[in-house]
Amino acid sequence: MTDINQLKYSYSLRLGDNAWILSHRLAEWCSNGPILEEDLALTNLALDLIGRAQGFYKYAAELEGKGKSEDDIAYRRNERQYFNNLIMEMPNGNFADTIARQLYVSVFEYYFFRELKNSKDETFAALAAKTLKEVKYHMAHAADWTIRLGDGTEESHKKMQKALNELWMYTGELFEMNDVDSELMAQGVSVDLSMLKPKWEQHIIDVLKEATLAQPEDIYMQTGSRQGIHTEHLGHILGDMQYLQRAYPDAKW
Amino acid sequence: MATDSQLDLWEVFIQGRNGSHHTHAGSVHASDKKMALQNARDIYTRRGEGSSIWVVPAVAISASNPEDAEAFFDPADDKVYRHPTFYQMPEGAKQI
Repeated sequence: MTDINQLKYSYSLRLGDNAWILSHRLAEWCSNGPILEEDLALTNLALDLIGRAQGFYKYAAELEGKGKSEDDIAYRRNERQYFNNLIMEMPNGNFADTIARQLYVSVFEYYFFRELKNSKDETFAALAAKTLKEVKYHMAHAADWTIRLGDGTEESHKKMQKALNELWMYTGELFEMNDVDSELMAQGVSVDLSMLKPKWEQHIIDVLKEATLAQPEDIYMQTGSRQGIHTEHLGHILGDMQYLQRAYPDAKW
Repeated sequence: MATDSQLDLWEVFIQGRNGSHHTHAGSVHASDKKMALQNARDIYTRRGEGSSIWVVPAVAISASNPEDAEAFFDPADDKVYRHPTFYQMPEGAKQI
């Protein structure tokens, strides 16, 4: 791989992993949703994310040029070779926990893909334009539920606030940048994440205000995913997800 | 109607493409208009079926009574002359 392809490969992998791992989490709601309609809504989000992961993995495989498929990339790497942000692997918890995770992530992705749409890399730009449409819906869905639960009953308000507080420490990482970011930014390929942070924060504050919820306090931010360091949850996800490919490599049906 | 614990019932109408009419697709549970539209979108348009959605609270719909069926519908059975069968369909018109 040339240097630029190596960088784009890492970037594509990171974006694919975010979509892939969160899609697995959302798919876990299948048959467990609070009502049938919401069960379908959450698994629809999961399907959007699988499609997105497929796009970024396919491009990563192309850049790598070793004839791998998107499935090889999805199923045949170890924990330390995944670069998804930690928030994506957080357990579903109760419905409020899932909604809080989705709100933080979707608002971030909305601003992110809005910028990536202008990337000088045509594949990134095209994938971003397609993703943006989906993310707008994800964001509306999560914001509406945040408002409904926050401004709902005493119990739902309490659960929503607790969920938001507990996940807050995983949001700092979304904006972390490393060499991949700075070098690709210089070429107009990647997004300046530091510019997104104030917009993200303002957007979240506006939703929380409408939901009569308080902004969580900044105490400590978790970090690690840019180096492939994860919480204990990712190993369990991969165990579930990769079992078949590991036990029966190249299985077809 | 039996009440259940899954929020209010809404009837969903989907328009397949611009210009065609909205057709009843089914129903969803939701607590408000916005949620009803989102749920309808997630359930009834996930395979590209729709270009527009209407949702109507099920309680707002007045339905004919099955007991009135005879008086309502039977008189139309023997009035075949009401079918405009003798018109030629203009060429190229798919829906009238």
